[in-house]
Amino acid sequence: MISPAAEASAVVDAVLADLPRHRGVVVDSPPGAGKSTLVVRAAGHLAATGEPLMIIAQTNEQVDDLIVRLAEEHPGVSIGRLSAADYAVPQRIMGKASIGTKLPDLGDPAVVVATADKWAWAGGRTWPWAIVDEAYQMRSDKLLRIAGLFERALFVGDPGQLDPFTIVDGDRWAGLSWDPLQSAVAVLLRHNPGLPVHRLPVSWRLPASAAPVVSEAFYPFTGFTAGTGPGDRRLSFTVGGMRTAYDRALEEAAATGWALYELPSRHTVRTDAEAVQAVAVLATRLLQRAPVTFSERGERPVTPGRVAIGAAHRDQVAAIQAAGVPDGVTVDTANRLQGREYDVTIILHPLSGRRDATAFHLESGRLCVLASRHRHACVVVARAGIPELLDAHPSAETVQLNVPVKFPDGWEANQAVLAHLSGHRIEAAPPR
Amino acid sequence: MSTLAALARLRAVHTGTAQRLATVRHCHLSERPMVFIPLRLAGEAAAPLAAMAGTDPGHPRLLVVPQPRDRDLRFAFAAELAEILLPYFEGLQKATETVERRGAEPYERCVDAPQVIVPGRGAVAFVQLLGRSTRFRRAEGPYAVHPSVPVLGRWLTFLAQRAQYPGSSLLLAATEALSLHWATGQSTLEDANLASLVGWIDPPPGMTGASAAREAEDPLVWPPAGPATDPGFDTEVLAPAIRAYEETRSDRAAARVAEAVRSQLEPTWRLMWRAIGLLGTLPAAPGAAARWEGDRTSFTGFAAQLAEGGPPQPKRDGAVGAASRLARMERAQASYDAQRAYDDPLVMAAYRLTGEAFTGTVVATEPDRTEGEGRGRKLRPLVTVRTTDPVRLAPGTRLGTPERRGQQAEVVAIDGEHVTLKIVKGMGRGMAATPGAVPEAGERVCYAALTDEFQPPASLPAPEETPWTHGGPPPEYSPADDEPEEEWS
Repeated sequence: MISPAAEASAVVDAVLADLPRHRGVVVDSPPGAGKSTLVVRAAGHLAATGEPLMIIAQTNEQVDDLIVRLAEEHPGVSIGRLSAADYAVPQRIMGKASIGTKLPDLGDPAVVVATADKWAWAGGRTWPWAIVDEAYQMRSDKLLRIAGLFERALFVGDPGQLDPFTIVDGDRWAGLSWDPLQSAVAVLLRHNPGLPVHRLPVSWRLPASAAPVVSEAFYPFTGFTAGTGPGDRRLSFTVGGMRTAYDRALEEAAATGWALYELPSRHTVRTDAEAVQAVAVLATRLLQRAPVTFSERGERPVTPGRVAIGAAHRDQVAAIQAAGVPDGVTVDTANRLQGREYDVTIILHPLSGRRDATAFHLESGRLCVLASRHRHACVVVARAGIPELLDAHPSAETVQLNVPVKFPDGWEANQAVLAHLSGHRIEAAPPR
Repeated sequence: MSTLAALARLRAVHTGTAQRLATVRHCHLSERPMVFIPLRLAGEAAAPLAAMAGTDPGHPRLLVVPQPRDRDLRFAFAAELAEILLPYFEGLQKATETVERRGAEPYERCVDAPQVIVPGRGAVAFVQLLGRSTRFRRAEGPYAVHPSVPVLGRWLTFLAQRAQYPGSSLLLAATEALSLHWATGQSTLEDANLASLVGWIDPPPGMTGASAAREAEDPLVWPPAGPATDPGFDTEVLAPAIRAYEETRSDRAAARVAEAVRSQLEPTWRLMWRAIGLLGTLPAAPGAAARWEGDRTSFTGFAAQLAEGGPPQPKRDGAVGAASRLARMERAQASYDAQRAYDDPLVMAAYRLTGEAFTGTVVATEPDRTEGEGRGRKLRPLVTVRTTDPVRLAPGTRLGTPERRGQQAEVVAIDGEHVTLKIVKGMGRGMAATPGAVPEAGERVCYAALTDEFQPPASLPAPEETPWTHGGPPPEYSPADDEPEEEWS
């Protein structure tokens, strides 16, 4: 049997070999499968040919992360960063790239990195190569604005995460092959069906307890495996608990990788005070118990920076922050947690306390992002009654002609995750 | 639905009368709107059965297709409709004004624009379909139609496309315009019934809104506002009348169909004018006039395009066209949301409840505070506001304020009830703030994370330069001879 590492590296080699043969190459990457590693490797590979390369990321943070990784792995390659006028240069990329608002300001670096929005303003030159990072999160109208800048491109992204969205009704374009609301990759592949699509087969982030769950629920036809075995990762507490419901939920998560902290069924407003409180207390309690992780990286204490809290809406995030979360713990929406990695995550289920299940809340990508950020354990906080809510709201979206069927179905994915979580259920303590 | 809207609905149930959701009118209301009530044949997507149209409540024009399955009669109906609508559109193009622009050539804009008001969302969709079925017709060749028909089709398409722009008032659905301003004690689905919606808002004397709405559910008293007709009417009245016309093709039989549909349209006609009257009781919001200017510009532009003999609107948007329309619609949506909140404290209240906005009293200011050094030194006045609203804003969030439009502030810190802001834009040039630009201690202020300012999006490629990722350049448009022949013609 081939080891996961060998399997993954074979895919990367195949991608690099395909690059000069096709106008575009697509790489699907499940959560934590080494997407950034691939981007950095491909960048080095292309830079080594001596031809200039442009890299397109979606957010300023992603651009900065890429520059840090590139500078680490390929110290000999000169890097440029295009940025907006009001961009504050973070400490971590100082001295690693030439920074400017216009291409001529950068000198002539081998690699230029910028956000898609910024690239749309940088005309006047075509590049032989481009790498588009997080291409599934990029709306196709953004790609339209910049596709004239490059001749060939590598598109890398995670098909299971959140689709790009809009605040207006885009039904008038449904079914068009260039629907501006579809992702860049969807439009690219519809117009160029012959392009090779590779898949990274191994998630290095998700533990053996999570990879099969996430893979089955969100990647039903293109599964992946965990890079580590069942016993390779452990989470334990150095401080004893008090057998409260919070402690039991954390212990369950430490032992099995998952816990569902279930509050009594009730319809609530979005910023459900009890659920918000539970999330905040769980985070505090987690750090009070001084958790330690054992993994292929050795034994490490879980610092607040390695813990994240995720929710669906911004007001929920603000409410959780206001409820008192230990300093240094990340609290953010699914959209902004995309691409990030933590040891332990605590998530407020998007359907908790709701009376209806809208397309927004059923979008499989939202739950997928929230349930796939952790290396060790994930605690889900939810009100009881979500399976019943789902049963009352089957997907009833209008069927549009010519729209390719998208998998997974959000409704089914939600059921699959809940079915798994039901085996890790801890009932909340009755409110005092 | 916002928590506030939910509360308003509960109150409506409790009191039996509709509750206001807005203190001002957020849509423009023309002095001479064109009311248009289309009916279509059941089971057909775009087969007109009848329509009532006109700008005078006392003199509606009734158009009837005595046999809707007859395509010639359908296009005769379209020609008749064009006789009513085209003079209305053309009359409004005569008076223009010159608009000066900073850094660009001044241009001419019509001082008024048409406003077509239909009963509901279904009628808007019908306008679009009718436009689609008529704009590619030709005055000569096979299936020739009256020359006004394709022109009508292009106007209807223009209106229907414009209706997709958030905040546009060229084509209004009465139920949607009313629901924007009043909450009823029924579901949003039931609100799509014009009769029950008006019943809730303006019940007849001696009745509650709830009982008026219940009465409105009887199709014999209040026939549906269309475009679909009541199935009972279809089988018992309409079908025999159409059959009689089919057999005799006589004027008498046609008049029988006309009388039948008139009975269905007249109650709705009166309702439509009541709805317009209700909207007219609300004072207009400042933002509505600004958005109407956009409508007028768009109307002027389309009229010019039509006069120049441009091709009919394409059946589908091209890749570049779709992206640029999406950008315009998103911009319109963002500024519509912001303008409504800034114009109306009741709309703002919904944002205050979710923590995206807050109202409070200024407790301290630092009007002369600056940031940076040397040439980079900038004026950044600080304002501290005490509020009891549940503020849920992250430091660094950009805020606007209804009191000082065009000004922008940034959240610096939130400490319990105290929110500290720094003003970053619109407080005057130089090192001292313009008098009055920085609020003073004791002043009531409101700040919200909404701006109707926009950054122009990056340019799109020309359609003939559509890149390979989006299918390459589209074939050039050449009106094909077989265009009037479609799958359904």
